[in-house]
Amino acid sequence: MTATPQFRTTKPESDSPGSREVVLRYFAWLREKIGTGEERMPLPPTITTVSDLLHWQVTRGHPFDAAFAKPDAIRVALDHAHAKPTATIANAREIAFFPPVTGG
Amino acid sequence: MSVRVGTADFDVSAEMARIAGNDTDIGGVAVFVGKVRGRADGQDLVSMTLEHYPGMTETELERIETEAQHRFNLSASLIVHRIGTLKPGDNIVLVIACAPHRHDAFAAAGFLMDYLKTRAPFWKQETLANGESRWVAAKESDDTAAAAWRSKAAD
Repeated sequence: MTATPQFRTTKPESDSPGSREVVLRYFAWLREKIGTGEERMPLPPTITTVSDLLHWQVTRGHPFDAAFAKPDAIRVALDHAHAKPTATIANAREIAFFPPVTGG
Repeated sequence: MSVRVGTADFDVSAEMARIAGNDTDIGGVAVFVGKVRGRADGQDLVSMTLEHYPGMTETELERIETEAQHRFNLSASLIVHRIGTLKPGDNIVLVIACAPHRHDAFAAAGFLMDYLKTRAPFWKQETLANGESRWVAAKESDDTAAAAWRSKAAD
């Protein structure tokens, strides 16, 4: 999908008031542990920061509990931009999780 | 200024001619090529597979180039990064920085590589001669190198 951060909108077909569907992407060993590179999920309305999101993943049971056991070792991008744990998710449509990058 | 991500190899001379063109204000061109080493932590390597995050990779590389333009007196720059499965000796990455003077060319090439290493969403997986396959861990020294540029921002 193409993310357009400057025109973020909440999808009108959200599951319930306060809950909206987002695309979650996984890369490298995280993708392997989870068994998929992409899923669509309604985000619980209580989640507001990247840190909330990482800790919510641990509560989702197998295989997420093991994959996210060390949330500090996982990096997050909101709509194709790196985000710190304290960052607010706001209206991000695509949220990616990955280990520290190793290109070059 | 341009970035390219793909499986194809690159020709350094051709890329240099294309990026520098006929711009006679360019007085120095710094070229860096990153290659696949045949050994990793004392073990023989059979291949290296590079995964990336299509869309974010290009966006992030463009952000890094823009940042380099703000920091240095650059005439032109290019980043080419390969993905897929590569063999020892194969090219992985090409960075070219063209500037009126050498200091900006050298510094910009170093900056582009240091930032690319810590910010561009690529991940390497090594396949060793013993059949083992493992994801390469990020190096603290790469974070230190990128952080050194951040502390220079106020210079």
